[in-house]
Amino acid sequence: MNALWIVLVVVALLAVWVVVSYNRLVGRRNEVDNAWSQIDVQLKRRLDLIPNLVETVKGYASFEKSALEAVIDARAKAMSAAPTPAAQGAADTGLTGALRQLFALSEAYPDLKANTNFLALQEELQNTESRVAYARQFYNDAVERYNNTTQSFPGVIFARSFNFADREYFEAEAAAASVPSVKF
Amino acid sequence: MAVGVLIGNGTLGTVVALAFSGVTAFVSYWKSDAIALRMSRAVPADPVAYKRLHNLVEGLCIAGGLPKPRVYVINDPAPNAFATGRNPRNAAIAVTTGLLDKMNRVELEGVVAHELSHVKNYDILVMTLAVTLVGAVAILTDIALRMMWWNGGRLHRSGDHDDRGNPLAIVGLVLLVVAPLLARAMQAAVSRRRETLADVSAVQLTRYPPGLISALEKLQADSTVTHSASMATAHMWIEQPLSGVNDTGRLGFFHKLFDTHPPLAERIALLREI
Repeated sequence: MNALWIVLVVVALLAVWVVVSYNRLVGRRNEVDNAWSQIDVQLKRRLDLIPNLVETVKGYASFEKSALEAVIDARAKAMSAAPTPAAQGAADTGLTGALRQLFALSEAYPDLKANTNFLALQEELQNTESRVAYARQFYNDAVERYNNTTQSFPGVIFARSFNFADREYFEAEAAAASVPSVKF
Repeated sequence: MAVGVLIGNGTLGTVVALAFSGVTAFVSYWKSDAIALRMSRAVPADPVAYKRLHNLVEGLCIAGGLPKPRVYVINDPAPNAFATGRNPRNAAIAVTTGLLDKMNRVELEGVVAHELSHVKNYDILVMTLAVTLVGAVAILTDIALRMMWWNGGRLHRSGDHDDRGNPLAIVGLVLLVVAPLLARAMQAAVSRRRETLADVSAVQLTRYPPGLISALEKLQADSTVTHSASMATAHMWIEQPLSGVNDTGRLGFFHKLFDTHPPLAERIALLREI
């Protein structure tokens, strides 16, 4: 009789333990998904701002066509990028580079620099860029917590059996850190 | 409590005291942010005039995965800031105009990150609970003390020469003297540990320790007294707002015990190790 009770209690405790561990994994995974969608929101905002910028700059006939086309191209690439951290990161790095080039070139156009619309867009884009960076930081923190849970005991047991795959970090590429070169 | 003494009825007094402290605790839980903001004369920050501040707060909230708190500005030349509320959804942070004037972007970012860390770590709630706890200690003291005066409500009979009194009364007497001091020291200790934790979490948010270090150094160099602060709100600010305690020199044991913040020099030294 006593032995039966002990077995029952142990089984119940085990069940609770499994449920708690599983729920923790689910919670961490959802956190990662949420962080990922935060990046998406900021990136989308950024892509939506670019057509306005292109229209504003187009008015200045003498402005370098190549720089504008580079931005338009990079935007198209970013729109169609596969939804993985690596692909999105690469597309976004291209866009950041093209935008930096455009803003660096704009220094040579006093009319453009005096255009309030252009200045507002420039500030908005820079703000969005830093928000993208913040969102990625949050994503990486979430991935770290999630991967720590799936890779360490006891999470590792359930991660294997319930198919919780490790997530990929967002890594800044070398190009993102480089300074744009300007030739006049 | 004093009402109980005046009425001369122990039971009623205790009930009144309990009801009073219950209401106080409830109000402090739900309204602490509004009270603290009102006491500091904080006004909501205009999203256009304080665009830089709003942008900073928004960005750091994204990094920390927090909802954006309400942002307030206090018209005070002393650089300082605090966070209040009961949870991240109902939080507010306030900064003085002095802070906005004297700090550059990375420094301001460090300070805002420090305040957001208080929100994220639920320090704002911890401080509210500390206040409530101090209130509870006061009630216990009161009850023990009443037992000493009225002998626990028992009548004194002739022939009852056992005048050693209730042992609880002695505890009450000791508590009466020690409890308020203990409560203050506890409040200060909780606050100091949370300040250090918030400093470290802030750096985790900004990923840039020099920003907060430089901000703390500026606070250290600045000797303006925050006029909007009072004893009651002292533990909430990023820097000890009241004069009389200097942050530069070594503090005596007694001062250390009742300080709501660790000395700035200690905080800077800790951040340098990261």
